Amino acid sequence: MNPFIQIITQPDNIAIVIMIIMVTFFTGWAFQQAFDNDKLLAAGRPVDGENDKFIDTFKPLVRIELLIAIVVMVGLTVWSIAVDAPLEEIANPTITPNPAKAPWYFLGLQELLVYFDPWLAGVVLPSLIVVGLLAIPYIDINPKGNGYYTFAERKYAIIIFSFGFLVLWLLLIVIGVFFRGPGWLWYWPWQEWDHARVVFEPTRDLTSVIGIDSRSLPGFLIGAFVVGSYLAGGMIAPYRYWKKNNPELLSQLGMVRYITIMFLFITMMSIPIKMVLRLVFLIKYIWITPWFNV
Amino acid sequence: MKSLPEISEKVRKNLIWKSIFRRDYRNSIRDRAQAVFGNVFLHLHPVQVRESAVKLRFTWGMGGITFFAFILLVITGVVLMFYYHPSIDQAYTDIKDLEFQVPFGVILRNLHRWGAHFMVIVVMIHMFRVFMTGSYKAPRQFNWGIGVFLLVLTFLLSFTGYLTPWDQLGFWAITVGTNMGAATPLLGYQGPFSEYLHITPYNDIRFALLGGAQVGGNALLRSYIWHCVAIPLISIILMFVHFWRVRKDGGISKPQK
Repeated sequence: MNPFIQIITQPDNIAIVIMIIMVTFFTGWAFQQAFDNDKLLAAGRPVDGENDKFIDTFKPLVRIELLIAIVVMVGLTVWSIAVDAPLEEIANPTITPNPAKAPWYFLGLQELLVYFDPWLAGVVLPSLIVVGLLAIPYIDINPKGNGYYTFAERKYAIIIFSFGFLVLWLLLIVIGVFFRGPGWLWYWPWQEWDHARVVFEPTRDLTSVIGIDSRSLPGFLIGAFVVGSYLAGGMIAPYRYWKKNNPELLSQLGMVRYITIMFLFITMMSIPIKMVLRLVFLIKYIWITPWFNV
Repeated sequence: MKSLPEISEKVRKNLIWKSIFRRDYRNSIRDRAQAVFGNVFLHLHPVQVRESAVKLRFTWGMGGITFFAFILLVITGVVLMFYYHPSIDQAYTDIKDLEFQVPFGVILRNLHRWGAHFMVIVVMIHMFRVFMTGSYKAPRQFNWGIGVFLLVLTFLLSFTGYLTPWDQLGFWAITVGTNMGAATPLLGYQGPFSEYLHITPYNDIRFALLGGAQVGGNALLRSYIWHCVAIPLISIILMFVHFWRVRKDGGISKPQK
C-alpha cells in the first residue's frame, strides 16, 4: 500500500486527520466571522449577537443540546464500529520501538527535543505554556473584542495566539505524527521507513562557527553574552520603541505586565529561532555551561 | 378500546406519574421555566438564554461537546473497570478478553479510545473559540484559568489511560513521557542542579510518578488510580466551578463595547 495512505489510516492517526479537518474548519469559521464583524464595526453597525433577545431555555436550547449529543454519539459509534482500537504486543522493557513516540498531543513537545535539551523542552517550556495561558486575561488589557469575533480590534493578540496554537502546538504535533520515523528522522509520508538509515549531520555550537571552542571560557562568556543580550534586548528594545512612539500604551500596561508579556513572548519566539539555527545553520547549542546547555 | 389522548390523560393523572413530574406541562411561560429549574439536570441552565447560545456559529457547542465526551468516557470507563485488573500479569490479557470474550467488548473499548481522542481535540477547539471571541476578558478571567487547568487535566486523563492496556504502545509512550520528568531542574536526576540536592533515579520526581525507577507494576497501579479516581474527581470539582462561574459571570459572553 502507498505509505502515505498507510500512515494516515493507522487507527490512532485517524484522530489526527479528524483534528486537522476540524481545526481547519473552525479556524476558517472563526476568521470569517471576525472579518464579517470587522466590516460591521467599520460601518458603525452592531456586531453579530449585539441585539440578541432572550429566549426560553426549554425547549430551544435543550433541543439543540440533545441534537448535538445525538450527532456526536452517532459519529463516535460509527467510528467505533468502523475502526478497532489497536492493541500492540504485550509491554516488553527489553524491546524499544523505533521511534518511541509519546501520546500524540505531546508530540509537539517531543519535537522540541530536537532543538532543546529535555529540561527545557519537557519541563520548562510546557510549564511556561500553562503559565502563559493562565496569564492571558491579566496581561491583555485591550477592552475591545470582548464577546464577539473580531480581528481588527485585537490583531496582535490573535496573531500571537494563533501562531502559538496553530503553528507551535498543532503543526508540530502533525509533524511528529506524520513526518517522524526511526531515529526521529524526517520522512515524507510517501517514503518508506528505513531503520538502517543514518544521517550524518555534524552539528556545532554557536561559538565554534567563529572558531572558538564552546567549552572554553571565552566560548562560555560569548554564549552567555548572546543569550543575555537576546533576553535583555528583547526586554529593552520594544520598551524604547513604545516609549518613543506609544508611551500611553506603556503606562497603561505598567512594568509588571510589560515584563511578563515580553518574557513570555521572548520565550515563545526562542522556539522558531532555535529551529532556524538548528535546521539552517546546523547549530545545536548557543551557550554551554557546566550545569546546562541552551 | 381507549383512544390515545385518553390513555395519555389517564397516565398523566396517575399517582406515580404525578409524583415524578409534579405538575402538568401546558407550555405556559411558567411551565417552561419550571421545566428548567424544577429539573436537577437542566437547572444547570438559566431559565432564559440569549439567542447566540442557541446558534452554533458563536459557541460551536464545543464546551458542551467536551462535557458530553467526558460523560461518555465515565460511563464506558466504569463498564471497562468491571473487566480489568491493574496488574502486569492480568492487564494485557484482560484487554484480549475484551476483544474475544466480553459481549460488545470491542466496541466498548473503541468508544472509550476514540472518545478520549475526540475529547482532547474538542477541548482544544473550545479553548480556541473562547480566545477568538475574547470571552476570557472581564468578568471571565478567573473562569479562563479554571478552563486552562481542565485542559491540562484532560491531557493527563488521556496520558494516564495510555498505560492501562499494558502493551508496547502505552509502555513506551509513558516511558518517553515520564523520562521528561527526570529532566526537571533540581528535582529530576538528569535535570540541571539536581546533584546539589543529592537527587538520584531512586528519589527524584520520576520515581514519584512511577513508583519505581522504571515503568512497572507500581506505575501501572498509579496510572490506573490517577486515571480512574483521582483525576476524574479533581476534574469534576473544577467542572462544577467552571459551569457555576459561566452562570455567575453572565452566561455565554455577549458583545461588550
